[in-house]
Amino acid sequence: MTEISRRQVVLASGAVLVVAASAAAAAPRGQGQPASATRHWGLLIDTAKCDDGCTVCVKACKAEMGLAGHDRPATDPQYVRKLTVTDPATGHRHSLPVMCQHCDKPACVDVCPTGASMKRADGIVLVDRHICIGCRYCMMACPYKARSFAHEEQTGQKPYLPRGKGTVEGCTLCVHRIDAGGEPVCVEACAAKAKGAMLFGDLKDPDSAIAQRVAKEATTRIRADLGLLPSVRYQGI
Amino acid sequence: MAVAMRVLAILLCLLALPSLLALPSLAADPPNPPPAKAGTTCIDAPAVMRRDHPGMLMHQRDDTLRLGIRGGKASLKDCVACHATTAADGTPVPVNAPGQFCQACHAYAAVQPDCFECHATTPPLKTAGGAP
Repeated sequence: MTEISRRQVVLASGAVLVVAASAAAAAPRGQGQPASATRHWGLLIDTAKCDDGCTVCVKACKAEMGLAGHDRPATDPQYVRKLTVTDPATGHRHSLPVMCQHCDKPACVDVCPTGASMKRADGIVLVDRHICIGCRYCMMACPYKARSFAHEEQTGQKPYLPRGKGTVEGCTLCVHRIDAGGEPVCVEACAAKAKGAMLFGDLKDPDSAIAQRVAKEATTRIRADLGLLPSVRYQGI
Repeated sequence: MAVAMRVLAILLCLLALPSLLALPSLAADPPNPPPAKAGTTCIDAPAVMRRDHPGMLMHQRDDTLRLGIRGGKASLKDCVACHATTAADGTPVPVNAPGQFCQACHAYAAVQPDCFECHATTPPLKTAGGAP
């Protein structure tokens, strides 16, 4: 009845190979191994799937990172925020999440006087709070408004995200999850509770879903004219 | 005149001696930090840990954050995981609370580490969040 043709067997073995390749890409780095420049983590955000008013990613980020605000939107920490932009000519509106764009040539790293703002070998831009003096030059330099400053004494931090008064902070691309073989919490939450507008992966791995889509489909970076080469790409803006 | 001055100086020294000898008795009792979680083994001998833990943590923090090396020998997160105690109602007690593992010795040695201005002082709660 269900005789499997040679063609089906060949196709199935191909599928197994694809699954094996994607699993290898997401495998956690070995213990004691430094982050490698053979990988470059990035995000692809499809704004067509991002609903105006949906804040699933923002809420998931705040819960994961233990970000408690003081009901002061201007200064409360935010690693990811939702923007709604309107084309004045046509009235077309769309919504998009904006977080640290993890630039390949980050302005925040250029201006940091102590070396606290840094880019890891795999492209993740972080703040080394051990040597951050809280001058906030990086906040002024960042064209994406991606960084926040901890104005208050902090309590109840998550063990994987130390954060304290007087230091600058921003999206870490959930580096603690990536190093354990996972993906950022915003991506996970968007896929689970919203429309799955975000795709995370290794841009340097030609077999990864993100690299293949970036190679085939038109994507844009916000303020690409600045030449900072963000690792976060958008579609539909 | 010079002789009289010298005698006076010696007398003053003799007067000061008892108070100097009495100083150690004024010092606080040696710290008595709570024991680590049962069934856990520290990464090194207690004598080594007492002397070298600041250097270990200082070195490891740069490896972990800047190079991305996970699973290093020394980790503040692992210190807290074993050395934080739990209160009678089951809630974890911060390691920097008075009399707790970190604070007991640092108070005795008059050292103020600023680790815990940023770092978590209690182990992760198993129910909190979905993080690994």
